[in-house]
Amino acid sequence: MANTALVAEHTARTLYDHLPLLQVLVPFCAAPLIVLLGSRRLAWPLAFVSSAVALIISVMLMMSVREGGYISYTMGGWSPPLGIEYRIDTVNAYVLMLISAIGTVVLPFAYVSVKDEILSKNHSLFYACWMLCLTGLLGMVATGDAFNVFVFLEISSLSTYVLVAQGAARDRRALTAAYDYLIMGTIGATFFVIGLGMLYMATGTLNMADLADRIADQGANRTVRSGFAFIVVGLGLKVAMFPLHLWLPKAYTFAPSAVTVFLSATATKAALYVLMRFIFSVYHPDFSFTTNALEIIFLPLAIIAMFSASFIAAFQINFKRMLAYSSIAQVGYMLLGIAILTETGLTAALLHMFNHGLAKALLFMGVGALVLRTGGAFYTQISGLGRKMPLTCGAIVVGGLSLIGVPGTAGFLSKWLLVQAALERVSENSLFLLVSIAIVLSSLLAVVYVWRVFEVLYLREPNPDSTATEAPLMMLIPMWILAGSCLWFGLSTDFLYDIANQAALGLLDGSMGMLDSNKTLGVE
Amino acid sequence: MGQLFNLQFLTGHIHYLLFIILMMTGLFIVVDKTNLVKKIIGLNIFQASVFMFYVSIGKVTGGTAPIFPMDDKYHVDKEALQGIVYSNPLPHVLILTAIVVGIATTSLGLALIIRIRESFNTIDEEDILNIEQEMTRDDNNKHRDVAEGLT
Repeated sequence: MANTALVAEHTARTLYDHLPLLQVLVPFCAAPLIVLLGSRRLAWPLAFVSSAVALIISVMLMMSVREGGYISYTMGGWSPPLGIEYRIDTVNAYVLMLISAIGTVVLPFAYVSVKDEILSKNHSLFYACWMLCLTGLLGMVATGDAFNVFVFLEISSLSTYVLVAQGAARDRRALTAAYDYLIMGTIGATFFVIGLGMLYMATGTLNMADLADRIADQGANRTVRSGFAFIVVGLGLKVAMFPLHLWLPKAYTFAPSAVTVFLSATATKAALYVLMRFIFSVYHPDFSFTTNALEIIFLPLAIIAMFSASFIAAFQINFKRMLAYSSIAQVGYMLLGIAILTETGLTAALLHMFNHGLAKALLFMGVGALVLRTGGAFYTQISGLGRKMPLTCGAIVVGGLSLIGVPGTAGFLSKWLLVQAALERVSENSLFLLVSIAIVLSSLLAVVYVWRVFEVLYLREPNPDSTATEAPLMMLIPMWILAGSCLWFGLSTDFLYDIANQAALGLLDGSMGMLDSNKTLGVE
Repeated sequence: MGQLFNLQFLTGHIHYLLFIILMMTGLFIVVDKTNLVKKIIGLNIFQASVFMFYVSIGKVTGGTAPIFPMDDKYHVDKEALQGIVYSNPLPHVLILTAIVVGIATTSLGLALIIRIRESFNTIDEEDILNIEQEMTRDDNNKHRDVAEGLT
């Protein structure tokens, strides 16, 4: 590679140069610090400060790569492809920003919710696990080394299992949910490693950019192709791609509220990013097997997910479980955007990733607030609370509207783009007309399940013996920050659209200038 | 494609065959067994197969351990270095990481099983499933009126 020599000379000097590493290192150091201090009182402030720092770092990274180009950070000065490289481009920075933003916004909410839902002796360890989970998610997005992705994936997964199991203080089914997730998650991660092993056999490298180079040179052979199959299945389990989603409803339903908020908005998104990275950057979509996999497997599965999961969601009697099923359906939209395989489709997928992250985090926070006041999220328990908890329920309405994709909310833009992307391809293949109809119809199903919640909250009589009062300020502030951003990104669409579009262009380019040595940044 | 069954090909790729057999054994145990501990054991076998796979792809024909030949004063023997073929150490190093991850997963899984045993009083998946279905049915009965009201 032409730019290897350049990268080798790049020795990081200032703190600014170390940003890609600090992005991961700050929460990573916070985790053992929380354990060592062992103080219940210090755990939360430490966690909050380090996520806030991570957020600031990710915004700074975003600012430096939003026009395109990438930052290459070499671990310990060992130049890639031998050394581990962190490579930040627009797509990375975008997902990093989403994860750290959600991580930071959720923590004030978690402060109240965790106190209520988790045994107090576990609090400091809980926040340590939270930080490890954040580290893993940020790491797997930031890194440019394929095996490093696996390591961070497992860091985040292992801490996720622990976090989910913490719900056992309220309902013992959280334990089996965590166990099921552990079994499936481990199988998924191991499949991913097998795929990487095959890639390594075929190419002799693990650096993503180098992998892309070498696969492009040698073309597709059977090892490379089976590697692709293993990687897609492995990551599909983590993404909760339709037939591999079985762990999700249970894990989301029984995990503590704060954990569900965090996971629903970040974990599947980070895995989805890695999937995109492998499909578009490592394996170029020009390969026929990549295109085939997308059109023959991803596209139908995405549509089935959109319908079946939405349909199941409509029949739930538990708000939290309903949202979990809705998450599977929404992952379907994102996969559909990827499978359409155009610039518009990818932009829509990336936008939907962000918008759905905001809306789902907001809705799950709403659930958390209702659970705090009523002790459960069954529709009978939360009926008629619209009058008693107006601010909480108002935020839920905003989130629900964004989930449906009502104009004026963030969700509208991404669904609109998705329909547009499908219509753009009608001239090639008239089946895409059906795809665009499917998107609209499944949105109607979203109307059904969201409306049920509105009906329960506003049109029913409250329980006569209900003593519910408005949620505490620590919960309302993060909820309304997210509700505000749902509305703001719905009305002022340019900012996110430009970034997502730039990111989509980067991905379709053979990505991040992975094959293009001219577009470097931060490398002198 | 002349020969479907080629003995030389099979013996030459025996490690892949073993890897596949072990991997399928592990996966089968995970899927088939209802005992939670046995599932974890199956998961371990499954992971061990992948470790084997990685270690075997590092093998270079005629390769030796990747250690520089040194004399008794720890100087690298430049002449002995000529013509030596080393096995590839990188997959071995990678799989060390994966082994550590595997241990963490196993211990977490076992810890979860202990907690499951404490609260469900069984570690058999089918019994747990029955208990959980019972719990779900209770929930549904308790909160039914809403579901009935709409459907």
